[in-house]
Amino acid sequence: MLVTALTPQRLIAYAIVAIGAVLMLGPFYFMFVFATHTNREILSMPPPLWFGSAFLDNLDQLLRSLPHFWKNVGWSVYVALMSTVLNLFFCSLAGFAFAMYDFKWREGLFAMVMATMLLPSFVGMIPTALTMSWLEWMNQPRALYVPGAVGALGIFMMRQYIESAIPRELIDAARIDGCGEFAIYWRVVLPLIGPALGTLGLITFIGSWNNFIGPLIVIRDMEMYTVPLALRSLQGTGQIPWGAISAGSAIAVLPLLVLFMLASRRLIEGLTAGAVKA
Amino acid sequence: MHARATPNQPEAATAAQPPRRAPAARVRRQWLPRRWAPYVFISPFFILFAVFGLFPLLFSIYLSFHRWDPAEGLAAMRFVAFENYLYVLQDDDWFRHSIFNTLWLALVSGLPQHLVALPLAFFFHSALGRWRNAVVGVYFLPFITSTVAISLVFSTLFSRDFGMVNVMLTSLHQVPVLGWLFPSANIDWSQPGYTKWMIAFVVWWRYVGWNAVLYLSAMQTIPRDLYEAATIDGAKPWQQFRHITLPLLKPMIFFAVTLTIIGNLQLFEEPFILTGGTGGIGQAGKTAAMHMYGTAFVDGDFGTASAIAWLLFLLIGAATWANNRLLGKRD
Repeated sequence: MLVTALTPQRLIAYAIVAIGAVLMLGPFYFMFVFATHTNREILSMPPPLWFGSAFLDNLDQLLRSLPHFWKNVGWSVYVALMSTVLNLFFCSLAGFAFAMYDFKWREGLFAMVMATMLLPSFVGMIPTALTMSWLEWMNQPRALYVPGAVGALGIFMMRQYIESAIPRELIDAARIDGCGEFAIYWRVVLPLIGPALGTLGLITFIGSWNNFIGPLIVIRDMEMYTVPLALRSLQGTGQIPWGAISAGSAIAVLPLLVLFMLASRRLIEGLTAGAVKA
Repeated sequence: MHARATPNQPEAATAAQPPRRAPAARVRRQWLPRRWAPYVFISPFFILFAVFGLFPLLFSIYLSFHRWDPAEGLAAMRFVAFENYLYVLQDDDWFRHSIFNTLWLALVSGLPQHLVALPLAFFFHSALGRWRNAVVGVYFLPFITSTVAISLVFSTLFSRDFGMVNVMLTSLHQVPVLGWLFPSANIDWSQPGYTKWMIAFVVWWRYVGWNAVLYLSAMQTIPRDLYEAATIDGAKPWQQFRHITLPLLKPMIFFAVTLTIIGNLQLFEEPFILTGGTGGIGQAGKTAAMHMYGTAFVDGDFGTASAIAWLLFLLIGAATWANNRLLGKRD
């Protein structure tokens, strides 16, 4: 590349970056290793370094501590899917409006959308809990996916993409052919923004899957827990079942690893897109 | 600029099924006129924001001036002016303690994030070739994983007697020359003196790759020929980094540091899980956001908790402002 000679400094740099990479991956590795070992093996000297054979025992123990674990996984999937579908729809619709229409207060309204990103979420934590209990949404999955059903970052991404990918002439042509405004969005715009939908979908799904504070505030029933809440409840007092916790964590992290391997470039680009263009 | 929309024209457009061009047979109004369409399309955001964003925010300001036990219903709310704020600032020792913890953690986990991420990004940019995507991916991975799951794993790794971290540290103690840098006996990470270091490490681990990716993407916008010219003039990689990359990266450094300040001052999940939700022995790992959560949902004191939230908000605002003075705009 820029300087290709393999100097000693370069070798040291490579070594440091390699050690760093091990440091980044280590916790994931040990999570999977511990998931396959019994508690007694984990709590011995030296701790296990390679995979064992106790995964099913750990799973068994996990299900005894968390009888609704599979249901919890189901809720996590359901909430993540709902919030992904809603975000894709509403963000692309709003992004389309900001990109393709000239209307009064467009710039001002868009600035308002962006400004909401600056509000720190914790400030609304307490009144949000009250709002949810007034709406009688406590313990309801919709309390998790409705409030975030359309986000500023998603609208921004969609506007950027639609502006660059779709010529206005196409919209005008569709209109001349008698296409209604919503039909233009549904039949002309939506089929053309697949890549942006993919990126936003990934980001939304992962964000919802990992969400902890939201469910911590509004979900009280063990049966309605999402995965992060269920895992956290294992921490309680007394003998901590490390094997079972590791197995549960592995189940929570595995889908993310798979998604990341399939689409890491797209994810990284999507997540940093806002920052680079700012 | 595109011409302003002519509002009355589309209302006359036919809504007949696409191919059929029946001459003036049915001139029906579009159910959604072009004039209103954009407003309708963006309205979901504003409706949801009003209900779940703006209202809670305003209500939280209102709450912070009241004393209220939610169990007694809305009628039991009593206006107390600044009493909650004064109580938090003067008498709430745990608040002061948690602010100290928050600032400590923000600094000790935040500063190294950037000190490591900058050279790391430069290395990604200049040295990796076709391995770049894989290596960047590895460093980025912690950012997208479940904080809860990975913090639980870290609790295992940091356990005193059998944790991998202690095993590694004590075995590094055996290394000839540098051994004295490492502890000879197991560290009890749940002790107040160590809890913060553990949390700071986990936060650093989660965000260093994210920052490196931010810097990398900014570096990729720096024209290649600048480096080529410097190379011809005999500039070493370090000099190129110092005199080309760093100055041109200033806007991104400002942006990334701002994100770190905002994120680190509301730290919640990592310390919450790593200390089992308690804040740890002597509350050594309790952050301001955790203190707010505890005041509201454990003690049931929503008024005081709202005051804490707004004080923390002010702190974040002040820190962002200071950063703006320090790194922003001026050259």
